[in-house]
Amino acid sequence: MVETVTLARSGSLAGRRMASVTELAPVARFSFRGSEATAIKLGEAFGARPAVEPCRSSVAGARSALWLGPDEWLLIATDQDAGTLFAALETALAAEPHSLVDVSHRNTGFDIVGAGGAGLLSEGCPLDFDLAAFPVGMCTQTVLGKAEIVLWRFAPLSFRLECWRSFAPYVADFLAQAADNQD
Amino acid sequence: MSGALRLPRGGRIDRNQPVRFTFDGRGYDGFVGDTLASALLSHGVHLLGRSFKYHRPRGILAAGAEEPNALVTVDRGGGRWTPNLRATQVELYEGLVAKSQNRWPSLAFDVGAVNSLVSPMLGAGFYYKTFMGPRFVKGAKLWADLFEPAIRRAAGLGEASRDPDPDHYATRFAHCEVLVVGSGPAGLAAATSAAQSGARVILCDENPVFGGSLADDNHAVIDGMAADAWAAATIEALAARPNVTLLPRTQAFGYYNHNLIGLNQRLTDHLAQPDHRAPRERLWQVRAKHVVLATGAIERPLVFPDNDRPGIMLASAGRTFLNRFGVKPGTRVVVATAHDSAYRAALDLAAAGVQIVRIVDLRESSEGALSVAAERAGLPIMRGATIVGTSGTTRVRGVRIGRVSGRHVTDLESLACDLVLMCGGWTPSVHLFSQSRGKLAYDEGSNSFLPGTPAQDQVSIGACAGTFGLAQILRDGHRAGHAVIKMAVEDRDFAVVGDDESTGAGFIGATPHDRDPTQVKAFVDFQNDVTAKDIALATREGFRSIEHIKRYTTTGMATDQGKTSNMNALGIASAELGRSVPSIGLTTFRQPYTPVTFGSFAGLSRDALFDPVRETAIHGWAAAHGARFEDVGLWKRAWFFSRAGEDMHAAVNRECQITRERAGLFDASTLGKIEVVGPDAAEFLNRLYTNSWTKLGVGKCRYGLMLNEAGFIMDDGVVGRIATDRFHVTTTTGGAPRVMAHMEDYLQTEFPDLKVWLTSTTEQWAVIAVQGPRAREMLAPLVDGLDISAETMPHMSLQVGTFQGVPMRLFRVSFTGELGFEVNVPADYGRAAWEALWAEGRKFDAVAYGTEAMHVMRAEKGYIIVGQDTDGTVTPDDAGMAWAVGKTKPDFVGKRSLGRPDLVAPNRKQIVGLMTDDPRTVLEEGAQIVGDPTPARGTHALGHVTSSYFSAVLGRSIAMAVVEGGRGRMGETLYIPMPSGSISAKIVKPVFYDLEGVRLNG
Repeated sequence: MVETVTLARSGSLAGRRMASVTELAPVARFSFRGSEATAIKLGEAFGARPAVEPCRSSVAGARSALWLGPDEWLLIATDQDAGTLFAALETALAAEPHSLVDVSHRNTGFDIVGAGGAGLLSEGCPLDFDLAAFPVGMCTQTVLGKAEIVLWRFAPLSFRLECWRSFAPYVADFLAQAADNQD
Repeated sequence: MSGALRLPRGGRIDRNQPVRFTFDGRGYDGFVGDTLASALLSHGVHLLGRSFKYHRPRGILAAGAEEPNALVTVDRGGGRWTPNLRATQVELYEGLVAKSQNRWPSLAFDVGAVNSLVSPMLGAGFYYKTFMGPRFVKGAKLWADLFEPAIRRAAGLGEASRDPDPDHYATRFAHCEVLVVGSGPAGLAAATSAAQSGARVILCDENPVFGGSLADDNHAVIDGMAADAWAAATIEALAARPNVTLLPRTQAFGYYNHNLIGLNQRLTDHLAQPDHRAPRERLWQVRAKHVVLATGAIERPLVFPDNDRPGIMLASAGRTFLNRFGVKPGTRVVVATAHDSAYRAALDLAAAGVQIVRIVDLRESSEGALSVAAERAGLPIMRGATIVGTSGTTRVRGVRIGRVSGRHVTDLESLACDLVLMCGGWTPSVHLFSQSRGKLAYDEGSNSFLPGTPAQDQVSIGACAGTFGLAQILRDGHRAGHAVIKMAVEDRDFAVVGDDESTGAGFIGATPHDRDPTQVKAFVDFQNDVTAKDIALATREGFRSIEHIKRYTTTGMATDQGKTSNMNALGIASAELGRSVPSIGLTTFRQPYTPVTFGSFAGLSRDALFDPVRETAIHGWAAAHGARFEDVGLWKRAWFFSRAGEDMHAAVNRECQITRERAGLFDASTLGKIEVVGPDAAEFLNRLYTNSWTKLGVGKCRYGLMLNEAGFIMDDGVVGRIATDRFHVTTTTGGAPRVMAHMEDYLQTEFPDLKVWLTSTTEQWAVIAVQGPRAREMLAPLVDGLDISAETMPHMSLQVGTFQGVPMRLFRVSFTGELGFEVNVPADYGRAAWEALWAEGRKFDAVAYGTEAMHVMRAEKGYIIVGQDTDGTVTPDDAGMAWAVGKTKPDFVGKRSLGRPDLVAPNRKQIVGLMTDDPRTVLEEGAQIVGDPTPARGTHALGHVTSSYFSAVLGRSIAMAVVEGGRGRMGETLYIPMPSGSISAKIVKPVFYDLEGVRLNG
């Protein structure tokens, strides 16, 4: 009998956990506040139905809704300009008490992608990035060093980081320094 | 050439890799794997430092983190200079440069040793006694001229580098199910059994190589393997597991709440040529579900007279240097002990060819296996005996020993030797347990404090829990590894052969001697030079609690935190006071366990990353146009725009004059902005502001005043109504986060019924103030046909439109008193919008102005700045703004307080204007105001200057102030006493320019 042996394969960068950090292209962002019932109505108009489970996100095509608090969601759309979308959503929600505020320019977004992403974030964020503790789809308001951020894991090795625009240079510099600090 | 005392084989050093290093400029060699201490000992060098207070020659006491004496400075050049490193932990590398400390001019001849001669003056409580001594003697200020300079010179150990630290430091937040501190047999067994469950395990150890005491053990056999080989195999198996993180050279220095443990990992200090792009150290903040403490035990010195000479060390240290580093720490040794374990050191040293001159055992008898073995080996043992003195200056040369008979010592005898090993027993390392708030329990049987009930999810195993048999330790470790993660416990027995099973309670306190107790120095705390008689003196002077004794004598207060001294200090106090050890208490174990560099604590928070620097969208333009910036909170704001040759004064004058003459542009982006949205938005604002909002029409603005609950002004700003249910609220720059938190607090706790939500939009909008008589002319071509005429858009109105195609909220507001607009565009368009306005402004030579000109112009109009003209004690009426308070409103935050007697009392300080009699004199902000031109000391101040500027437009100085009953003093002359003389000024209304206010309606 011939035994089949599977040889282990090792890449040239084995062991190095790298990540790319890129600035997100301009998108439409809204802070949506209201009851869960209103959120469901909003979901019909927006496409992505806001999650009611804490710290979870929902994605439908180019639309994402991130749960940030019991009555607070961050809406992100990459397919429409903020003004048009704002008007459409306001029309759909006209009868509902709520708050929809355009924050497209308030935030700067970063995509942190790669096996080393969690390591970069762990330099300044006290959360546990194990997939069991911070699963795909989880989002939360937290900190990176001295900056307040929103952090969202949209794929196993992909994080979206959003901060207020004036904190973006700090965040970018922090992540660059964190990359230098990795083993 | 390797050191003469190096053994031909054995130990963890690599004899194929010699390294050269210098100590105090002299070259030596050693091997990779050596510490500075072991390499120096291989050359017979014992003198490593001078003691803190008496400058006594000191050597190496221990072999690890507890070392109190052998503190050195390592200099890598270029500012890489680290003082107070324990030579026993400094790993050798090629080219290491180490220096001794606390000596001048040289280690062997140290002038400071004169302190030893005046030591009676430097006894316990020396510092405190100088405080209480005479302050003056014959005109000399004793304290200021003598004591303080002397104490300051003597204070502190080692010298800090004067250069900036060129290294950088990493931080890491980490999470695990099990953190194991200490990699001795207990830690290895626990980590292995915990890792088998798949749980995330972090194992850390302060040493470069894992294994703890197993590295010193050349007798025990575990599961058929020599102890060190077993350790190596266990570590290899752990390293192969993906769920295990091994952290060598990593000190667990602090145990905090909720199982947060601080670890400091040394990454590059052991490397000959570190990559300086790599971080030097990494601070780990580990949040562990469970913590296993396997921190071992520290051997206690014996407190006999002159027990501090170089060449006197702990017995275990002698064994470590022999077995771990292959170095004979001496050639003729006297062993003084009160515990069996020292016999193991004696046996190992004897086997290596070291002459055992005498084993002096304080105990009358010992039946432990080790002492039996020592007897069988023919080692000379003297029981019921002690050392009463030692000789030698920079190295011990001999001891005097004698037989203990009650409190006396008889049959004195002198022995020549070059090494003394001492062992007073073992003190479990309960530092981390104690930091975790676990209560310690005193165990009479072992003279030690042991971990009691843990306060957090934590377990102590091995020697730190008072367990000393190897087989038992391994069994406990294995069990703990399972138990902490709530796995079914499967006990495992390790086959252990050759374990010493050494026993004994050891001894605490000072050993007996027949010498004049006032003349001998028997050291308890080696690092702080505290002797047995200091502690005895403290008890005689009335101190009863160890906390007081500690502070009075400074025992246990050095950088080693009393690792080797605490129990002996307690023993002495206990004997002196005739009270039990637990009744005297134990001092608190504080973080850090060993010193941690400031660099590590700072981590990334230095230089550019010290704090976020917030810049507006227009910052780059301002920087390119000569702006000087000022810090406002974390923001950089353009302060003034300096043209060639202009100083600040000239620039501000020009900016003010041209703005009032023509127009000026101002970056107001940092103003706080909050979007208040919802059907109850107006009602919410009614409750948060003094003003009434219900009747404010859509498209209108109003100045809002916000009070705290005490009725004092906390913030102000213009609020615009964008829609029935949508308000655009502005706040001061510095107050933005505070106002948001204040609003959110009330909304959530007091008014949860209101349907309204708050969103910070500070950073959504770039805000450009266009001010001046030609502001409309500047703006009109850019607003895409929007009608901004005075009729359509009067003062305090707003319109939503577009600015060159991008969304715009346009406010007609003024903080200068001129015709003014504030253009809000989405922040990414801020720079382009500014440049477009600037291009328009160039047509008639408008200016860009900064915060200083803004301050001057608003003061010319008497507009207050919250936080400058108010200080948290100013009511709306004090500020002359009673008009902003809605009298008919049922309630608003602060309303009730406004009726308090103190807030309606006459003669409150009110905001007024001040005009100096000399128009060129600009008052100092903060200067006190009095009624008397030549006030006597203690004269009551009527108020103080809050804002003061030179107004170019008025050609004179202006000021605002708060003055008692100020509005009733119009025309009165008051005085501002300054070092150069009193300045007289007249009280006026706080408005200096365009008194009728016609300009802003232009």
